[in-house]
Amino acid sequence: MRLVVVGNGMAGSRLVAEVRERDPDVRITVFGAEACAPYNRVLLSNVLAGTSRPEQVRLLDPSWYRAHRVEAVLGSPVVSIDRDAGHVVTGDGRREPYDVLVLATGSEPVVPPVPGVERAIPFRTLDDCERILRAAEGARRAVVVGGGLLGVEAARGLAGRGLPVTLLHLAGHLMERQLDVEAGLVLGETLAGLGVEIRTGVSAEAVLEDGVRLTGGEPAEADLVVLACGVRPLTGLAAEAGLEVRRGVVVDDELRTDDPSIFAIGECAEHDGTVYGLVAPAWEQAAVAADVITGGKALYRGSRLVTRLKARSVELAAMGETQLTEEDAEVVRFSHRARGTYRKLVIRDGRLVGAILLGESDAVGTLTQLFDRGGPVPGDRAGLLFPGLSAAPVAGSPVLMPDAATVCRCNDVTKGQIRACWEAGARDVAGVAAATRATTGCGTCRDAVEGIVGWLCEQEGITV
Amino acid sequence: MTAGRTHKTDKTHKTHCPYCALQCGMEIGTGREIRITPRTDVPANASGALCQKGWTAAELLTNGSRLTTPLLHGEPVAWEAALDHVAARLSEIRAEHGPDAVAVFGGGGLTNEKAYTLGKFARVALGTSQIDYNGRFCMSSAAAASIRAFGMDRGLPFPVTDLAGADVVLLAGANVAETMPPFVRHLEGPRAIVVDPRRTPTARRAWLHLQPAPGTDLALALGLLHLVVAEGLVDEAYVAGRTSGFEEVRTSLASWWPERVERITGVPVYRMRQAVRALAAAGRAYVLTGRGVEQHAKGTDTVTAFVNLALALGLPGRHGSGYGCLTGQGNGQGGREHGQKADQLPGYRRIDDPAARAHVAGVWGVAPESLPGPGRSAYELLDALGTPGGPRALLVFGSNPLVSAPASERVAGRLAGLDLLVVCDVVLSETAARADVVFPVTQWAEETGTMTNLEGRVLLRRRAVEPPDGVRSDLEVIAELAARLGHRFPSRPREVFDELRRASAGGAADYSGITYERVEAGPGVFWPCPEPGHPGTPRPFLDRFATPDGRARFVPVGHRPPAEEPDEDYPLHLTTGRVLAHYQSGAQTRRIAPLVRAAPEPFVELHPDLAERLGIRPGDVVRVSSRRGEDRAPARISDAVRRDTVFMPFHWEGVNRLTNPALDPMSRMPEFKVCAVRVERDS
Repeated sequence: MRLVVVGNGMAGSRLVAEVRERDPDVRITVFGAEACAPYNRVLLSNVLAGTSRPEQVRLLDPSWYRAHRVEAVLGSPVVSIDRDAGHVVTGDGRREPYDVLVLATGSEPVVPPVPGVERAIPFRTLDDCERILRAAEGARRAVVVGGGLLGVEAARGLAGRGLPVTLLHLAGHLMERQLDVEAGLVLGETLAGLGVEIRTGVSAEAVLEDGVRLTGGEPAEADLVVLACGVRPLTGLAAEAGLEVRRGVVVDDELRTDDPSIFAIGECAEHDGTVYGLVAPAWEQAAVAADVITGGKALYRGSRLVTRLKARSVELAAMGETQLTEEDAEVVRFSHRARGTYRKLVIRDGRLVGAILLGESDAVGTLTQLFDRGGPVPGDRAGLLFPGLSAAPVAGSPVLMPDAATVCRCNDVTKGQIRACWEAGARDVAGVAAATRATTGCGTCRDAVEGIVGWLCEQEGITV
Repeated sequence: MTAGRTHKTDKTHKTHCPYCALQCGMEIGTGREIRITPRTDVPANASGALCQKGWTAAELLTNGSRLTTPLLHGEPVAWEAALDHVAARLSEIRAEHGPDAVAVFGGGGLTNEKAYTLGKFARVALGTSQIDYNGRFCMSSAAAASIRAFGMDRGLPFPVTDLAGADVVLLAGANVAETMPPFVRHLEGPRAIVVDPRRTPTARRAWLHLQPAPGTDLALALGLLHLVVAEGLVDEAYVAGRTSGFEEVRTSLASWWPERVERITGVPVYRMRQAVRALAAAGRAYVLTGRGVEQHAKGTDTVTAFVNLALALGLPGRHGSGYGCLTGQGNGQGGREHGQKADQLPGYRRIDDPAARAHVAGVWGVAPESLPGPGRSAYELLDALGTPGGPRALLVFGSNPLVSAPASERVAGRLAGLDLLVVCDVVLSETAARADVVFPVTQWAEETGTMTNLEGRVLLRRRAVEPPDGVRSDLEVIAELAARLGHRFPSRPREVFDELRRASAGGAADYSGITYERVEAGPGVFWPCPEPGHPGTPRPFLDRFATPDGRARFVPVGHRPPAEEPDEDYPLHLTTGRVLAHYQSGAQTRRIAPLVRAAPEPFVELHPDLAERLGIRPGDVVRVSSRRGEDRAPARISDAVRRDTVFMPFHWEGVNRLTNPALDPMSRMPEFKVCAVRVERDS
């Protein structure tokens, strides 16, 4: 079988690796529009922030392709598909026959049609990232257009490099697709404290030499303008080949298009009415498609979306339907804006259908997994939001400890036994140890035994 | 000799504890009653510590349930008759079905002398390839990963006392406060980071507890290593000078960014960051793994991921830092070195290595080509019993697989299908109770032999008390059977040890310079010790690792989910582990009154939220079922366990009916530590 993959980004490269893992024999050719080895787009924000170096985001080494007998044709975009002949054609005229074709063309950044926009740099590829970094070196002030996930990460990253940043956002609050109003405000306040000026409810009318002119004429000064205005699926190739395309290339539960020999995965694909823009669904799709292509029976049933911001000193996780109100769901909320903390649970039919966690929290892992698995939400909602809150109080003082409480676990000695031992004349730890073996195992109960003996002595007015 | 016990009067004998791999030093005082006191000249417990198991160990020697006569189909029988019967049946089965129709199952509690003799007995007297042991369920993943990374597997490649000088110790899947309490004293100085799905007594005392979902430790290790790289904390000079293969690992880490790992493991990113920063900031640090991360179908790769973490931080092979695994059973270290493992010959040699075969065959006085090749691993061996092409007879020494093997009902069925089951044990264990023939054997303080503790330190236990009438040592049983099969085997421990020394010479675990006298003169001798004048090797990796080029090897590994994940029918994780009062299958400790008082019965530990949802109150009998079987035990409600997980201790028959025999492709370790279960109140 000859497998051709169009696109060597996160979805395409993953699919190639997944297929090769399952089948050592299938002939694989992958075409990538970018000339470099595939890299992890999720980590570009870290590169922008300086917490990862560009070489640290590479997903597969060039040597991997040799070792796994995969032909990678990089820097060579595919320009058309000839379905009758069963081959793809590249920009430089190469024809590559396929038995199975996978489209993983991804998406392109949305560039607002405003004058001077060519002065701005979109934030999408590793090249973009490097361009932004070069420009940032000499810059005094930056503007980021777009306050979605990527825009927030870019703004935080640039601010972390010491560059004053203005973040412009059209909607009334940041990350409005993931956050409710209050979470958006708390996030804005947190970012403001980190050197990002937030302007919501505004849009750029033009990109000028010295910044951005907002609608209404007000200027936002900058010598670096970064665009993070969302993405649009790249579906032209599929549409021209006559495949069904709506917002993305339409696929079924096997990730097959309406041509059974052609699959589509990742940001260019539309499954059950949804085009996903995150990596987790793309990788889930890659695994299912790889399984189907190699003769398996996996099915893709959609993905649950968890958005996790990658920005230093800003912990934010948002998942599912965060904007439901009390009319449609049970909402549990805790807000402490002074500390940059906001936590929200959205529960319907006893299941967690949405959550927002802003600020450091041990709850994030538990809630993400509860959301992912669709498990029942425990009755104690507060304990979910504040892990440790419901833990039984520890009897710290020997006075409060019941006689039945085990003091020395290693030798199974209770407070009552220590008391009995004291009553029989033991007046120090050594005496108790000799009689009960308490403290002779791991030794960590020594303080507790000392405390109990001391307290008993005190009770009786005995000085040791 | 008269009936009952005769002890030399009012003498004390230096020995070591009969239980775990720490091998605490103890003195046995034999007067009117046998008394145990801790020794202060053994580094493992030099502070004079013992746990309750150690303190009460004397009861093992006086216990009323001790076997003192061989049993044939449950009836007492004379030794000669029992030995003759077994030898005759073995010969018949061999004649009819070939040598591989007889299998041997050993144990990690056996002395080095016994482990060695058992391997020789299988290969020489029985001519079978079918030998493995319960250490496969214990140390195999750590062993495979250590050999892959360092070229050699010595649990702790440093004295245990080195730990006390560390700034930070990361314990991954190790609950030392319950499994080897005196060990905790070595951790009084360092800050501990504990990785465990349960807030165990060890985790409670930790500076930082990372609580991943069962079966996701591998992802966690990858996330930690990702952060080490991302935050520029790699010890680049060490990586360049002492390791190979880092670049491929570095690339593989791009797929394991911390936010992804958080979603898989449930461990918050900022907690991972705390752990990594503490480890990197430490001048001296250790990464230690235990069964919690090793007993998985991906245990070898999980250990590898933790080894990679230690290597990136520049820890292994440096004085005061390192990686180590915490061996479980008393002689778990020595037991995996001397040939009772399916793929091994003495001296930690590979059975498929022609040079190793030639050397060992020379010591044994047989032709190298007469030695069988590698056999089935422990679970595969048990699962093949009585099946077409599988063994028809099984000899069990120092193990209770009916309780300790995964999918134990299936294993029980296999045992029932055997033509002959022979068990050597001290008491009538669950497995012994099913045997055609049971040989009552000596134990611990009644016999002499060497043990190699978790540090790779060879220790000597000398006979301190007279064994009860009617019992013989495993070595004698093997020698008697070998004699009946036409082979002369030594049965005196020192004679066996001297042969073991020759057989191990030149191997990774070289004991040739170790003698009983040397072991007794000091607190043991560290292997490798290749000649009589050699001081032993407390820290084998300081100058070079045991790989051909002397460099430690980074190996790229990736996370994958447990073999069985929760679903609608079986919505919870089950994880299993130890309680302080008991040891392994409980065959010993469930017969000691104070230990039974401390922990009388198994239990199901579940989170209060889960208990509330299921309508379970403390003490309610709970039915836990998996695809393989079910078990019942009273509920214990505790928020120490995750809401999605229940915990059961494995010292009683039952819990392993539930566990999953999915095997690690490399180590053949079963997935004891995670499977999917359903939990209900038993009506």
